[in-house]
Amino acid sequence: MSMTNTAWRQGQQSKAARLGRASHLVGGSSGKVVNAEQTVALLESVIQPGDRVCLEGNNQKQADFLAQCLAKVNPQQVHDLHLLQSVVALPEHTALFDKGIAKEIDFSFSGPQGARLANLVAAGKIKINAIHTYLELFGRYFVDLTPNVALIAAEAADAQGNLYTGPNTEDTPAIVEAAAFKNGIVIVQVNEIRDTLPRVDVPADWVDFVIHAPRPNYIEPLFTRDPAQISEIQVLMAMMVIKGIYAEYGVKRLNHGIGFDTAAIELLLPTYGEQLGLKGKICTNWALNPHPALIPAIEAGFVQSVHSFGSELGMEKYIAARPDVFFTGNDGSMRSNRAFCQAAGHYACDLFIGSTLQIDTYGNSSTATKGRIAGFGGAPNMGADARGRRHESEAWVKAGREAQANPKHMPRGRKLVVQMVETFREHMAPAFVERLDAWDLADSMGLNNPPVMIFGDDVTHIVTEEGIANLLLCRGEDEREQAIRGVAGYTEVGMARDKKKVEELRARGVIKRAEDLGVARCDATRDLLAAKTVKDLVRASGGLYNPPSRFRNW
Amino acid sequence: MSMEQLKYNLPSKIQQTNRDAVLVGVTASGNCEVLLEKGEDAAHCSVDIQTSARGFGQIWRAVLNDFAERKHAGGLKIEIHDVGATPAVVSLRLDQAIEAWENQHGQ
Amino acid sequence: MANSFLEASARERVQAVCDAGSFQEILKPSDRISSPHMALLEQPVAFDDGVVIGRATLGGAPVLVAAQEGEFLGGAIGEVHGAKITALIAKAIKEKPSAVLLIFESGGVRLHEANAGLIAVSEIMRAVCAARAQGVQFIGLIGGAAGCFGGTGLIARCCDVLIMSEEGRLAMSGPEVIETVYGVEEFDSRDRALVWRVSGGKHRYVMGDIQALVADEVDAFRNAALAALDSGKVGFDLENLEAEHAMLTQRLEQFGDCRDAKEIWQRLGLPSAEELALMPADEFVRATDSARNVARGTR
Repeated sequence: MSMTNTAWRQGQQSKAARLGRASHLVGGSSGKVVNAEQTVALLESVIQPGDRVCLEGNNQKQADFLAQCLAKVNPQQVHDLHLLQSVVALPEHTALFDKGIAKEIDFSFSGPQGARLANLVAAGKIKINAIHTYLELFGRYFVDLTPNVALIAAEAADAQGNLYTGPNTEDTPAIVEAAAFKNGIVIVQVNEIRDTLPRVDVPADWVDFVIHAPRPNYIEPLFTRDPAQISEIQVLMAMMVIKGIYAEYGVKRLNHGIGFDTAAIELLLPTYGEQLGLKGKICTNWALNPHPALIPAIEAGFVQSVHSFGSELGMEKYIAARPDVFFTGNDGSMRSNRAFCQAAGHYACDLFIGSTLQIDTYGNSSTATKGRIAGFGGAPNMGADARGRRHESEAWVKAGREAQANPKHMPRGRKLVVQMVETFREHMAPAFVERLDAWDLADSMGLNNPPVMIFGDDVTHIVTEEGIANLLLCRGEDEREQAIRGVAGYTEVGMARDKKKVEELRARGVIKRAEDLGVARCDATRDLLAAKTVKDLVRASGGLYNPPSRFRNW
Repeated sequence: MSMEQLKYNLPSKIQQTNRDAVLVGVTASGNCEVLLEKGEDAAHCSVDIQTSARGFGQIWRAVLNDFAERKHAGGLKIEIHDVGATPAVVSLRLDQAIEAWENQHGQ
Repeated sequence: MANSFLEASARERVQAVCDAGSFQEILKPSDRISSPHMALLEQPVAFDDGVVIGRATLGGAPVLVAAQEGEFLGGAIGEVHGAKITALIAKAIKEKPSAVLLIFESGGVRLHEANAGLIAVSEIMRAVCAARAQGVQFIGLIGGAAGCFGGTGLIARCCDVLIMSEEGRLAMSGPEVIETVYGVEEFDSRDRALVWRVSGGKHRYVMGDIQALVADEVDAFRNAALAALDSGKVGFDLENLEAEHAMLTQRLEQFGDCRDAKEIWQRLGLPSAEELALMPADEFVRATDSARNVARGTR
C-alpha cells in the first residue's frame, strides 16, 4: 500500500477535481480569469450539491454579480447548498431558496430581506441553522463551518490575480483565509483588472478564479444619517449621555451602534462636549464605521483614531485626507476589516451604545419582531461584557466597582453597555414591554431560546428622555426592575412603577433625571448640533465628503 | 379619521394670570400645538385636548398630572391640538408654554 | 451658530425678521379663527389656521407682515388662512405701511377645502395687485422646507421683491405633479438635485425671478428685507409689466431648448454645477451676477 495515504487528502483531491472541471473556462496570464458570460458555467463546474458556500454579502459590500449568477445555475446540477453569509441583503439571496439551489443558511443579519426570510421559513423552503453575531460566524469558518466555495467581491485584480479590496475590505480577509487554507475554492468578482494595484489586500495564491463583473459591485450607504432628521428629544438624550456617562466615566474608547440617537451624540461633541471642556478626555479612539456625522468632531480635534468595519459611500476622499485618524494603506486609501474591528469593539473599547426596539424589565433587549427574521449583526458582540479582558482603564475599573455588591468577592472590571431609546417609538409603540416579542419567535425560528440582541445582565445603563438608569448600582432583581420602570416614562411598564422605590433610587443616584445631571430640557435644541444638514457636513469636511445622491439636493 | 376630545381639570399651584395668551408648537404629525390662557379657577388648570391618536386617555391623564405637579398652572386654561405627539413631546411643549408665559412681563 | 430660517417656525421668523419686540398680532390664536372645513372633515385644526398676521416695524418703518406655517398641512392655503392674508392686504391699502412682508411657505391650495381654497388664492393675488396699484410695496421671503408652490408660487411672483435662500424653492407645479402628468423620464421627482436645480433659490436667482439670494439665516433675511425697503419697489404699471414680458420672451429665446438648468448655466458660461452647489450665498451672487444680467436681458 502506498505511503501517500489518500485517505488524508480528500480535500485536496476534491479541490483538484473541481479546478479540473473548470479548466476549459479560464484564461489570462494567471490562468484564473473567467469571462463574465461564463460565470454560471463556472459555478456549475466547481460547486457540488450540499456544498457550504460563502457568498460575500456584507453590511456594505455585496458580491451581487456572483449572487445573480448563482441564482441562475441549474438546480438539477447545483442544489441543497448550505449558505454562509454575513448579511442577507439582496432578493437574489432569498431567490436561491425559492429555486431549491440552497436549502439551509447560517448568517448574521438580514435587514431588507427579513420579511422574505420569515415567509420562506413558513413555507418550509429554508432551514435557518443559526443566527450569529459577525465575529462568531467568522470564528465558525475556522471550526465547523469552513466554506467549500467562497464567492467574494473586490475592487480590482492584477494580471496575477492579486486583489485590491480598498476601503470596503470588510469581511473578505476572514472569508478568504478560511477557504484558501482548507482546500476551498475562492472566486472573486472585480470592478476592474489592472496592470498594477494600489496595494495587495489578498495575495494571488489565495485566489482561484477572477471575473471582471459587468457592473461595479453594489455598496449600500448604511451608516449615513441626515442631521436634518435629528429631533430635540434626541439632542436631550445625547446631552445626558455625554455629561452623565462619557464625562462621568471618562470614556475614551468606544463604539456607537448606528442611529439618529448616536448621530446626535457625535454632532454634539464639538459644541456641547467642547462647552464642558471634554476635548481629549472623551471619545478619542473609536471602533466605528466612517460615519459622516463624526466629521465635525474629527475636525474639532476630538478624535485621535478610528478603525472601521467597512467604509461608507461618499467618505473615501475625506478618509484619505485624514490618515492620522483612519487606518490607511501606503496607497492612501482606507483598509477596513470587520473581523478585527469587531474584536477591537469587544476587547479594546470601554463602551458600546446603541438603540433597540424593545426592552423588558430585566433589561433584555431585542429587535426581533413578528413577521421578520432579521438577526442582530454586530450588536451582540459589541454589546456584551468582555469577560476575557484583563487590561484596566478608568471607565472599566469604575464600572466594575459600581457593580460589586460584596466587597469580599473578587473585583473585576465591567464594560459599559448602554441602551438608548425613546420610551415611545413611532405610532406610540412602547419601547418598554413586560414581555419581549422575542419569546413568541423562538418557535417559528426553530430556536430553543428567544432571540435576544443584548442580555440584561450585560446592560449597564439605560437612557431615555426620562433620564439614565444605572443598573450597575442596583442590588437585586427588584431594584433593577424599578430602575428600568423608573426611566420607562408613561409606557405601561413605566406607569406600573413603585413610586416610592423609584424615588429612593433617584435619591441614591441610581436614576438620574436631566435636572439631576444639570441638563436643562429647554437647552436641548437643534441649534446645539455642529451640523444640521448634509450640506453642513460637506462644508465641515472642506468639500471632501461626497454624499450619495439620495442625501443631496444638489 | 375622527378626533378624540379629552377634558381634564387638574389641581395645581397658583400661577400669575395677568399675561397674554401663549402658543407653542404646531399641529403637525408627531407634534401638537398648545394654547395657554387665563382660566377660571385659581386652584386648577383646565385642559382641553383634541387628538387624532385615539385611546390614550390614561397616558394624557398621567402626563398632565405630572405637569400640574411640577409647574405652577393653577388659574390657567390649556387647549391642545394633537397629532400623535409622544408624551416626551407633549411634556416638552407644556413646559415651553409655561416658560414663555412666565417670561412675559406682567400686564 | 446663526439661527436657521429653514428650521424656524412662522412665528419665530416674524420675531426674528422684524424689529425685536415690535410685532403685534392681528387675530391671535386665542381668537380661535380656524378652519371650519377641516373641523367638518374631522381633521386636526390650527388655532391660527397656519398663518400669522400682524403689524410690526422693520428698521423703524411700519410694516404689515404675514408668515405661513409650513408644518401645518404643508402651509397650504385654505379659506380662513387666505382671508387673513387678503384682509391684511386690505388694511395695507388703508394704512399705507412702508411694505407688506410675506413670509411664504406653502404647497399651494389646500385641497381639503377645494374651491374655497382656490378662491382664497385668487383673492390674495387680486388684493396684491390692487395694493401695488395703490403704491404698496410687497417683499416676499422664501426659505422653508415646504417651498413655495402652486397658487402660492403665483402670489409670490406678484411681489415687488423676492428674497430666497438656496434651500428655498419657488415654482407653480410641484415635482410630483409634473412627474404624474408627464412621466418620470420628463421629470423624476425623486431626483432631488433636479428639483432644486429647477425650482431652488440659486437657479431662481440666476434666472432673475428673485432679487436677492441669502444664507439660511434669519439675520440674512432680515438684512435683505431692510435693503429692499429702501430700493426694492417696482412700479405697478404697464411699462414694468411689458418689461417683465420682454424678459420672459427673451428667456424663451435664449434657453427654450434647454432640458435642464445645467445646460442654461453652461450656456451662461458659469462654473460647473458642482462648484455652484457648494458656494455659500454671497459667493454665488458674486459668481453669477453678470450671467444673471444676460439671462434677464439687462446687459
